Amino acid sequence: MVKLNPLSLLTRSFQHGVHPQYLKEQTQDLPIQRVPFVENYVMPLGQHIGVPCKPVVEKGQRLQRGELIAEPGGFVSVSLHSPVTGVVNEVDEFRTFDGNFSQSIEIKADPFAAQEPAIGPAIDWESMGIDDFIQTVQAAGIVGMGGAAFPAHVKFSIPDGQQIRSLLINGAECEPYLTNDHRLMMERPEALLKGAEIVRQKLGAEEIVIGVELNKPEAIEILHQHIKPGDPVRVESLEVKYPQGAEKMLIRTVFGREVPAGQLPRDVEVNVSNVSTIVAIADYFDHAMPLIERIVTVSGPGVSYPANLIVPLGTPVRDVLQFCGGLKDEAMEVIMGGPMMGKPIASLDAPVVKGCSGILAFTEEQTLKRREYPCIRCGRCVEACPYFLNPSRFARLARARMYEEMEEYSIFDCVECGCCTFACPSAIPIVQLIRTGKDQLRNTQASAK
Amino acid sequence: MKQRDPELLLQHAPFLREGKTTPSVMVDVLIALVPATLAGLWYFGIGAFLVVMASILGAVLTEVAFISKQHRGESLLDGSGLLTGLLLGLTLPPALPMWMAFIGGAVAIGLGKVIWGGLGNNLFNPALVGRAFLLATFPIAMTTWTTADESFWTFRASNFDIPFTYTEIDGVTAATPLGLLKFDQEVTPLSDLFMGTTAGSIGETSGLLLILGGVYLFFRRDLDWRIPVSILVTVLIFSGILGLFDAERFPAPLFSVFSGGLLLGTIYMATDPVTSPTTPLGTWIFGIGVGLLVILIRVFGGMPEGVMYSILLMNAATPLIDRFTQPRVFGHLRGDRD
Repeated sequence: MVKLNPLSLLTRSFQHGVHPQYLKEQTQDLPIQRVPFVENYVMPLGQHIGVPCKPVVEKGQRLQRGELIAEPGGFVSVSLHSPVTGVVNEVDEFRTFDGNFSQSIEIKADPFAAQEPAIGPAIDWESMGIDDFIQTVQAAGIVGMGGAAFPAHVKFSIPDGQQIRSLLINGAECEPYLTNDHRLMMERPEALLKGAEIVRQKLGAEEIVIGVELNKPEAIEILHQHIKPGDPVRVESLEVKYPQGAEKMLIRTVFGREVPAGQLPRDVEVNVSNVSTIVAIADYFDHAMPLIERIVTVSGPGVSYPANLIVPLGTPVRDVLQFCGGLKDEAMEVIMGGPMMGKPIASLDAPVVKGCSGILAFTEEQTLKRREYPCIRCGRCVEACPYFLNPSRFARLARARMYEEMEEYSIFDCVECGCCTFACPSAIPIVQLIRTGKDQLRNTQASAK
Repeated sequence: MKQRDPELLLQHAPFLREGKTTPSVMVDVLIALVPATLAGLWYFGIGAFLVVMASILGAVLTEVAFISKQHRGESLLDGSGLLTGLLLGLTLPPALPMWMAFIGGAVAIGLGKVIWGGLGNNLFNPALVGRAFLLATFPIAMTTWTTADESFWTFRASNFDIPFTYTEIDGVTAATPLGLLKFDQEVTPLSDLFMGTTAGSIGETSGLLLILGGVYLFFRRDLDWRIPVSILVTVLIFSGILGLFDAERFPAPLFSVFSGGLLLGTIYMATDPVTSPTTPLGTWIFGIGVGLLVILIRVFGGMPEGVMYSILLMNAATPLIDRFTQPRVFGHLRGDRD
């Protein structure tokens, strides 16, 4: 058990962190729209963290929307379903957003199909045992949709001797620009509460806490309206601070507890799930719709018409951007995710995947390589790091290739949230240097084995 | 609809920045020093201007001469050489020969910064290295103080000494408030210290303007407030305790704060991020150390002033302080490293 800093009880938030501009005005008031269906869909088999799935379809096979196309490749793996009615065109390597090739299933949409949503009967969850529930969530293809895409059912598998007291639903959405969770909480509060109740009962948790940053007052208001008196649900308004939505920071803010290093939220009797994940679970139990689409915020100064969109998985990024009026001429870079932790998209032909919460297009202002100055040891990174690490030291050690020392200073506690680099006045690419250090350490450790 | 397929960049997150840059921090410090500098020039006249200019010139030229072409652009652009020259100039007596000030500036950058590997790598505050060198080399010139002249345009002969010569000062010499206290047991009124109408170094005399600059830096978030606060509180408490023993012999707490170079050193030199600890606990230890040393040297040492040595000594202790005050990592127990 981690000893509590007495100060932490006084402050209603985690310590350190940064305050970027939130830049959500462009899309926060735009209702969620559906993008039209396109010709081609590419479903990579490894959209989640863990083992890739195994395809169960062949070239030329006809598919219904929502039909199973690949099964889990192991326990830490989920099923994959067809996002459209169409024909399997190819099972081959296709380019993913990071520029690499990855085994994928290409599906040609049937131009004459109505693309009716795959609605089936509601699934009786109340009489279901926990093991069945876990299998069902895995079969629905549901992963954590905040960005990491970790299979949801693995998080729900609680080892013997442990129990979950609180289901913490992450609606912080602390990444700038992104508004997909915000809109989802406003437009589908019933589904969110329904899904939360299902998970709460199956995990045997006592309460549901929905954490929402204070810059989404309408979402907080709507959730309050939908909670009936006596429901074991409360909404926690959170200080607007990055990275409030980082799992361990959220737990620290809401419960005042630190998850010990190397352990998981369940070790402090908490399960954290993103709002989109919970809604996906509700959708599956309500009308058997597996995870075949997700909500994506398309925004940034390089996009003509920003929007919050329901995008079928596998839709090429190019088509999503085209629906939003295309890139502006001054657009220089497109990324997947938020501006603090998102990843650059190497090719616009890459498909939208389960972990894609946003597609942002940036102009010169965001991508300009800033002139780097020497570290002046100002300590701004130290004061920004929510994990109380010393990022400037990591940067120095990485430049000197002293990777072992980086490990001594707990480099693997770093989650690469980017606060240090955001705060650095000398424009030192601290996060990238830390990643280099981690990669080098993993390589030496792997070759030692 | 036109769908451009741009040559996509692959820069990495984070794409947002707080907006502060190292040069902008240096510029903020320069701005904060403007009132105190102008007051010093106005009060001590053209001689003070020449001394400050010579010191800046010595610093910047040394930077140009010794930093490789490849890094010269950045090195000059970051503004730290200019700032070092100005800070050194503000700690010098107004009647100092210009050539000495020039050498001081050159030593500050050369021995204080360049040989350590440039900005960010030096152990000691460069301006104070320059000043320590001058005080050791030219002890008489460095401790000959003057009061204000009647006109701004009164030229002092000593300012114009040709290199490697020194003429004894011709104007009215005066003792600094600390010197008066130490050698003549004479106490300068606080109001004089506050407004700056005393003898002393060019930039150290007006407590009011120095604090004003510090407040500006605090609001621009360029200053670690813990360092000045811990130094000043330590000085107040320690001199207060000494006063309990013998109020006649030991300086009063407020006098200790406003006299000599304490405010200039505390707000602008002890807070030099390069040479002060980065950890929150470390900055408190650093500040308390400086405060204690200042009073010890002033009260028990042979010299009236001790701010420079106090800061330099704590600079030397900074790597050790940093090492032992690393914060507990989130989710770890204190002292637990794996």
